[in-house]
Amino acid sequence: MANTLIQVEHLSRNYGSLQAVDRVNFELSQGEVLGFLGPNGAGKSTTMQMITGNLAPSQGSVKICGIDLLEQPKLAKAEIGYLPEQPPLYRELTVDEYLTFAARINRIAKNKISAALDSAKQRCGLEQVGKRLINNLSKGYQQRVGIAQAIIHSPSIVVLDEPTVGLDPIQIREIRDLIRELGKEHGVILSTHILPEVQMTCDHVQIINRGQLVFADKIENLNQRMQASSLIMGLQHSPTAEAITTIEHVDAADDLGDDRWRIHFQPESSPAEALAKQAVENNWGLYELTPEHKSLEQIFVDITTAEQIQPEQTQEEQIA
Amino acid sequence: MMMLTLAKRELRSLFLSPLAWSILAVVQLILAYLFLTQLNEFLILQPQLKMIDGAPGATNLVIAPLYGSTTFILMMVVPLLTMRLISEERRSRSLPLLFSAPLSMSEIIIGKYLGIVGFLVIMIFMISIMPLSLLLAGNIDLGLLAAIVFGLILLVAAFAAVGLYMSSLTQQPTVAAVSTFGILLLLWIIDWAGGKAGDDGASELLSYLSMLRHYQGLAKGVFSSADVIYFILFISTFLILSIRRLDVDRMKG
Repeated sequence: MANTLIQVEHLSRNYGSLQAVDRVNFELSQGEVLGFLGPNGAGKSTTMQMITGNLAPSQGSVKICGIDLLEQPKLAKAEIGYLPEQPPLYRELTVDEYLTFAARINRIAKNKISAALDSAKQRCGLEQVGKRLINNLSKGYQQRVGIAQAIIHSPSIVVLDEPTVGLDPIQIREIRDLIRELGKEHGVILSTHILPEVQMTCDHVQIINRGQLVFADKIENLNQRMQASSLIMGLQHSPTAEAITTIEHVDAADDLGDDRWRIHFQPESSPAEALAKQAVENNWGLYELTPEHKSLEQIFVDITTAEQIQPEQTQEEQIA
Repeated sequence: MMMLTLAKRELRSLFLSPLAWSILAVVQLILAYLFLTQLNEFLILQPQLKMIDGAPGATNLVIAPLYGSTTFILMMVVPLLTMRLISEERRSRSLPLLFSAPLSMSEIIIGKYLGIVGFLVIMIFMISIMPLSLLLAGNIDLGLLAAIVFGLILLVAAFAAVGLYMSSLTQQPTVAAVSTFGILLLLWIIDWAGGKAGDDGASELLSYLSMLRHYQGLAKGVFSSADVIYFILFISTFLILSIRRLDVDRMKG
């Protein structure tokens, strides 16, 4: 049984009359990567700031490894590494100087600093740039320095707020690999509005919208939700729409032009086999038959719009 | 321990910026010029002074005026050094690094404060090399010099505390510099009004608040614990205000 690293209960935060985060609950265990997903302004960053002690919550509690963050901030903060949206860098320092400073303020014993420095640099791919000024590094490298700062004291929890924003595709891939790697030893909380990122890196996913958690589950269950409910079929000699819709399990057929059709059906009752059979029997000239995956975007829109229609029900689900 | 780490980082960043170097150079240049003119005048007067019994020596005629000018120049220079302490970090969003590390707000503030005071002490040391060079040619009153330097350190430490607080209020370093200078100047001249107010109680209070009055005692070589306590209270007040202010950042976001 993995031990719980972070326990958040009824966490709320309001800025004046604006409720930025509303009674959010979640937990994180060792060896998990938790993806925090939401549109801009949903309350992701506010939640991250609260669990790292940068912002006082209006209500609720945060326990880091069983230590209350509000009552014993120093002890709790020693277990957290945090990379805010904008990496908190001192641009006039070199990478080595900066990381040494980060190590020291995180109370790493003097004789262990150089080992901590080397391992953080090695994990973030910074060995080559140790002597360079942070100001002269590219955005991608600055981001890595930010991550190195967050992991230098090998905290139990690493909180990364939109770590891949503004990076090129290769850098994004490297950072994602790094996050997965971190997830093996540390608990990682990752916030993003890029949906595939969660699919590629996280074990658990939470979707937050307007300050409320609207979905919290394992990534496999999210993938299950994405099961196909439509097919794309390409035919050289298209029949009429009725001929297709009369086939068993087909709910509707949309003509996409160029002899391509989108076939809708209920999940778990795919008509693919029947369609292929019909196509061969009637000589429709079948050349394409692809299941269409529901995109994560679609799911996200489904969930967040459902939330707006029935806020009461989803709250009950949260409590349950 | 943690405070010293923070102070060291602060000092290092100061010396990595051209601002600190140019301020050191300009202050040294201006004071060296003043020192030389003062010394020149003293050398002209020296034959006549020899005739008088108990005439003031080099310490009173050269060194005291030099430090008098120093206080005024530092009043203008300290705001430029303190303006970036917190406002700059707020602007470049590097404060989360300190906030998410196991540090208390007091450690952060006092650490930064010690860093800037360290810089100012280095500056005063550089200035003091000039009067000390007179030792090569003759005697100076080392006791008086020590009292003046001690008073000056207390005074600039008070300047720095005001500057730190002003810097914690804003994101704009220039705003911090201007308002720090305004407050320092006001506190400097506040007792000028004292004589004209007519009300004895009020003028007493105003002149008590004046930093100049408390520094003048020390500059004359009179070590009064009341003056020292004034500066300590002054510094602590502004440091506590800064700590509170940083805490509010965390509450309000």
